[in-house]
Amino acid sequence: MDQQQQILDQVRAALEAKSPLALQGGGTKSFYGNPSQGAALDLSGHSGVVEYDPGELVVTCRAGTRLAAIRELLAQNGQYLPFEPPALGDSATIGGTVACGFSGPGRPWNGSLRDYLLGAKIINGRGEVLAFGGQVMKNVAGYDVSRLMAGSMGTLGVILEVSFKVLPRPARELTLVFECSQDEAILRANRWSALPLPLSAASWHDGRLSLRLSGAVSQTEKAAEQLAADELSEDQAHWRRLREHELDFFGSASPLWRLSLSPACPALNLDGDCLLDWGGAQRWYTTTESTGEVRAAAESAGGHATLFRGGSGADRFHPPAPAMAELQKRVKQAFDPHGLFNPFRMNSDW
Amino acid sequence: MMKTIPRKQLLAELSKVVPRDILLDSDEAMRPFECDGLSVYRKLPLLVALPENTAQVREILVSCNRLGVPVVTRGAGTGLSGGALPLEEGLLLVLSRLNRILEIDPLSRTVRVEPGVRNLAVSEAAAPHGLYYAPDPSSQIACSIGGNVAENSGGVHCLKYGLTVHNVLEVKMLTAAGEEIVLGGPSLDSPGYDLLAVINGSEGMLGIITEVLLRLLPLPETAQVVLAGFASIEDAANAVASIIGAGIIPAGLEMMDRLSVEAVEDFIAPGYPPGAEAVLLCELDGGEAEVAEQMLHVRALLKENRATSVTVSASETERLKLWAGRKNAFPAVGRIRPDYYCMDGTIPRRELSRVLAEISEASHRFGLQVANVFHAGDGNLHPLILYDGNAEGELERAEQLGAEILHLCVQAGGTVTGEHGVGMEKIDSMCEQFSAAELEQFHALKAAFDPAGLLNPGKAVPTLNRCAELGAMHVHGGKLPFPDIPRF
Repeated sequence: MDQQQQILDQVRAALEAKSPLALQGGGTKSFYGNPSQGAALDLSGHSGVVEYDPGELVVTCRAGTRLAAIRELLAQNGQYLPFEPPALGDSATIGGTVACGFSGPGRPWNGSLRDYLLGAKIINGRGEVLAFGGQVMKNVAGYDVSRLMAGSMGTLGVILEVSFKVLPRPARELTLVFECSQDEAILRANRWSALPLPLSAASWHDGRLSLRLSGAVSQTEKAAEQLAADELSEDQAHWRRLREHELDFFGSASPLWRLSLSPACPALNLDGDCLLDWGGAQRWYTTTESTGEVRAAAESAGGHATLFRGGSGADRFHPPAPAMAELQKRVKQAFDPHGLFNPFRMNSDW
Repeated sequence: MMKTIPRKQLLAELSKVVPRDILLDSDEAMRPFECDGLSVYRKLPLLVALPENTAQVREILVSCNRLGVPVVTRGAGTGLSGGALPLEEGLLLVLSRLNRILEIDPLSRTVRVEPGVRNLAVSEAAAPHGLYYAPDPSSQIACSIGGNVAENSGGVHCLKYGLTVHNVLEVKMLTAAGEEIVLGGPSLDSPGYDLLAVINGSEGMLGIITEVLLRLLPLPETAQVVLAGFASIEDAANAVASIIGAGIIPAGLEMMDRLSVEAVEDFIAPGYPPGAEAVLLCELDGGEAEVAEQMLHVRALLKENRATSVTVSASETERLKLWAGRKNAFPAVGRIRPDYYCMDGTIPRRELSRVLAEISEASHRFGLQVANVFHAGDGNLHPLILYDGNAEGELERAEQLGAEILHLCVQAGGTVTGEHGVGMEKIDSMCEQFSAAELEQFHALKAAFDPAGLLNPGKAVPTLNRCAELGAMHVHGGKLPFPDIPRF
């Protein structure tokens, strides 16, 4: 249902009253980031697919559309969202998915959520409805504001509508398993990524490296033969469970950290359990090590660390360098000069 | 704030902080820099600087910032939208000497380069590792990475491999005040806003790019191209839709119309089908087995869509020969008339036949021929308007026809520029594509990066006043685009 006018009225009233808003979609990722502040603005009712023409490889939806509904619609046409967004719950919406900017196991090979985001309609902090980008794949008119929405945690504006590039589903997928150490897994995943193989995912946990091959039937089978895995299967459940954090690893009571690193860096010297995804570029830790220890380890590996679930601390996200922090704040002010949307959600200073 | 100072004063000030011989101040020495690839716009800058390292770039910026002198950045100068057109009262900062490849990491599949490194040089350096840099704008032999990032350059392989923004991991930039900021990094994402997405395609308006970390891909095992002729544009457009609808993502999918085909046949005779109203080039790449499997499928689809001829490359030499026609389309068309004006709109693919018919109608109305060459896979059109710059009023007519073509693209749900950028050239068409509030949001974002407004001022995003002055030219449905702002 189109609730744009209703949402716009609510934003303008909040602007008038100088009363901040906490933007809400399906509520499946409310644990993520710093705590929300402000009156709840429910966006889940602003839903529906506005346009989908499979031949154009583009889908346009209102922000409240459920991710599951979009997946199903695309699947009926043999297509999918190649960034494999984690839903983390049935009620996840596409707007919330964009705001969090999560991408699934295929990210290093297929690209991220922001890579597939072609256009966005938003309400900025002045109560104006703005549209950026569009439904075409090549568009360099004006700054790429739509991609800026990916991962902005709803702090720049209310996302009303988004357009994504979609792709045909691969004809065949195979899962290969190799028994090896973490360092060996990192080395293999990176070496194989430099070869023309139809690799589309690589994870490691507890001595097992799992690889996914996706593509033409002939090509995946040839690659599977070449790689000679310890186990070979057509079952893709592992990747869905990894994406949705349903593997046993994610059930730990310890705080869950997400480390985004230079993919080939060797295993880090951190206590706790480690699950490696994205061929080494994304590493999950359940650990009781201090925030300082985890962040220092991530920085030494060319990356950053997010306290994803559990634990405590003022800033869930890795603090940027001072010049960058200042720039980020000015960007926030350029969109939301009165600090109306999701105050402190992304940065404890604003 | 921006100030106007005499050339001598700027020269004296900069000579204090950088070697005198990297500064050009005579008209003769600056002449080669008076325009970029869009040569209808020319202007001599106040001064040209050719720094040899980042430290010199920083010194120059700090001085210009203090003096309030605007800075226009230029790479190889191959841009097609006048984005590197100098400002009379500004410094032209040429980064072509910052051309070192700093590090290739074959395991992480990345390469760190300075902004003046040529696009093709990156792939050449990566080749010994079995890797390459995917974005390949047609000027790749000359254009440089800094400019590619500034324009978010595309190329013929975008549909499968993405634009520049999809292949850049990190950008080091200096602000107008000379402060270094690192966007992105060796990891696949960064905390906070994704400003890396914004710097791509920002046309030198937000920062000066001093270093770029690029993603490299494994070279595909093989590539094969198929050329098909059609008796109508519509059949060719339907074939494009069928291929993509069948779940095939070609590495390249290019279309040319009859005028372009005839021009390249006259020029280099690549063996394109005579008399075809349209030709389609479809390249498939990947593993041997995969390419063979998909090629069978594509050939069947071309026949189903009434292709009048189908030729598949049997060798690498043949593949390159078939591509040569497409790659020489611009110079070939350039032989028909003294000048051509290249447009760059993008439309949803389904609108292709209709928009081309309307372009043809407009072409007759203006009495100027239009040759169409385009990236059919992603709907990016390059209509080439043929004119004679020496004939009274022809350039103006060509520009008017161009504006009308961009109008058609916007009306069809597309954009005024797919990959060449707005620059100076399409700044007025931006008034049509964006509302006043959207343009103001762009200005606010620029101010967050460049509060004094010293970087490439006047390009890429028009002021509301400029749009208001243009109002008379852009009256649609009896309504002015910005009824609520003052007129001048």
